[in-house]
Amino acid sequence: MSRDGGIVRIASGQGFWGDWLEAPARQVAAGPIDYLVMDYLAEVTMSILQKQRNRDASRGYARDFVPLMKRILPDCVDKGIRVVANAGGVNPLSCRDEVLEVARETGLSGAARIGVITGDDLLERLDELLAAGIELRNMETDEPLEKVREKIQSANAYLGAEPMVEALRGGADVIIAGRTTDTALTYAPMMFEHGWKAEDWDKLAAGVVAGHINECGAQATGGNTGVDWRSVDYVDIGYPIIESRPDGDFIVTKHESLGGRVTVATVTEQLLYEMGDPSEYITPDCIADFRSIQLEHEGTDRVRVHGVKGAPATDMLKVSISYLAGYKAVGRMVYSWPDAFEKARAADRTIRGRLDRLGLRFDEIRTEYLGAGACHGSLAGPPDPDLPEVELRIGVKHSEDRHHVERFTREIPSLILAGPPTATGFGGGRPRVQDMVAYWPALIPKTQVTPRVEVQVA
Amino acid sequence: MRVRLLQIAHARSGDKGDTANVGLIALKPEFYPVIIKEVTCDRVKEHFRSISQGPVECFELPNLRAMNFLLHNALGGGGTLSLRTDAQGKTLSAALLRMEVEIPDELAPLLEGGVDSDAD
Repeated sequence: MSRDGGIVRIASGQGFWGDWLEAPARQVAAGPIDYLVMDYLAEVTMSILQKQRNRDASRGYARDFVPLMKRILPDCVDKGIRVVANAGGVNPLSCRDEVLEVARETGLSGAARIGVITGDDLLERLDELLAAGIELRNMETDEPLEKVREKIQSANAYLGAEPMVEALRGGADVIIAGRTTDTALTYAPMMFEHGWKAEDWDKLAAGVVAGHINECGAQATGGNTGVDWRSVDYVDIGYPIIESRPDGDFIVTKHESLGGRVTVATVTEQLLYEMGDPSEYITPDCIADFRSIQLEHEGTDRVRVHGVKGAPATDMLKVSISYLAGYKAVGRMVYSWPDAFEKARAADRTIRGRLDRLGLRFDEIRTEYLGAGACHGSLAGPPDPDLPEVELRIGVKHSEDRHHVERFTREIPSLILAGPPTATGFGGGRPRVQDMVAYWPALIPKTQVTPRVEVQVA
Repeated sequence: MRVRLLQIAHARSGDKGDTANVGLIALKPEFYPVIIKEVTCDRVKEHFRSISQGPVECFELPNLRAMNFLLHNALGGGGTLSLRTDAQGKTLSAALLRMEVEIPDELAPLLEGGVDSDAD
């Protein structure tokens, strides 16, 4: 397949579930694009979605995706823009059914094809896998999965691009995936459009780099940039667009009419975001070497990316397993001038003293003083004695006993009347006890995971 | 002369489990050799000691005029396990830019005139 000059425009519409709702609609409306790709899944999201599905079997996907499709699908189909998103979470089939319904409601019966990818979810297969000798040891600690078996909330393999490429070959206008890698959402369309092969390591690696730039939305276009941040138009910020060429080189840009900024600086910042060893960025489809990336300023809001080198993929997939690791709660109280910091410290001693008398023990009690060095510790230097206000933030956690944490939350409000003066900012009642979800990164042989692709006409 | 890294570099940080990564980027090509020389793994570990006591790894990316630092066990457990405000290490980029380094006096004129990082 080929478009004008073989260039394919792949627009990022969402960097996480909770990102700006308007962004995808603006990517579709404000200029030409060929693909709209959206990343909804962070590690923590999978366990939240699994909990939702446990309560209601029809849930467990990124629900925002459905009203978004209602809003933009007719326009996308009209313009030939295909949508690729991992909005399916732990229930891609229910998400697909909802989008099929949306397609019919918006007059697209017979005119839209909805693809869905499954096979990443290993939760129901864990015992079978363990029995077959697939140990799913923790990649960091080498402990066997048995250690947390009873507490597991979700288990998903990170799928690569191949199933999405297959769905595109099947004519899908919308692809709903579960746990795919974030980067594959961007390079699957490149593989399909340019006809790249599974062994085109350099091209695939370029696709991975493009995916890494796209996967955090506006973080590549001026969001969160440390360079000249005052001049960024955040209100109207545009999200990134990759102009991909068949040879692997690409341009990072954005719609001209939207705000934000694409410079070597903004792109470099995003390239380094969540970076590990830059020589080995491992994906299911190849290993990219981020030390090979060359960036060039090529005009206003245009950065050219070339020279990317890749190496063959491994024969394993990463598995993200989440398990319940205990309970935590965070209490807060604001103290005003005079002596704001000193009062907050006295309040901390008060709470700790009361917890002690109650005989409550925790795995950790952590105190921070917002406005007085909570983020940077002693690097921030001693707090100004005249601070107008300080927020005490005290958190506790316990790996087993919810009751201890619950009791802690009842101690916090007493500070209002029975503690240091000028306590305020307490509008939300007692702090909430939260589940702590921990991650168990593991590897699984690719042969053990079989992705399934289905494309259905609305 | 002594300057804060903030004057010669920009940065971005993020998380992977309980490991924070801090990417440090020279604002101008001339500053990159200074950064390589001054911002060593040991200095970074020492700089962050009030926040993290874990091991620190560092990588050079001369193609991007950048370095990447991995601060292990730096996020109080990481993910939802952490009790920290900055559980994902998002502000550690700025914390690194607090570091003071020595730059050759002849680079002083480059500190003026803003920070046009596209001037390569």
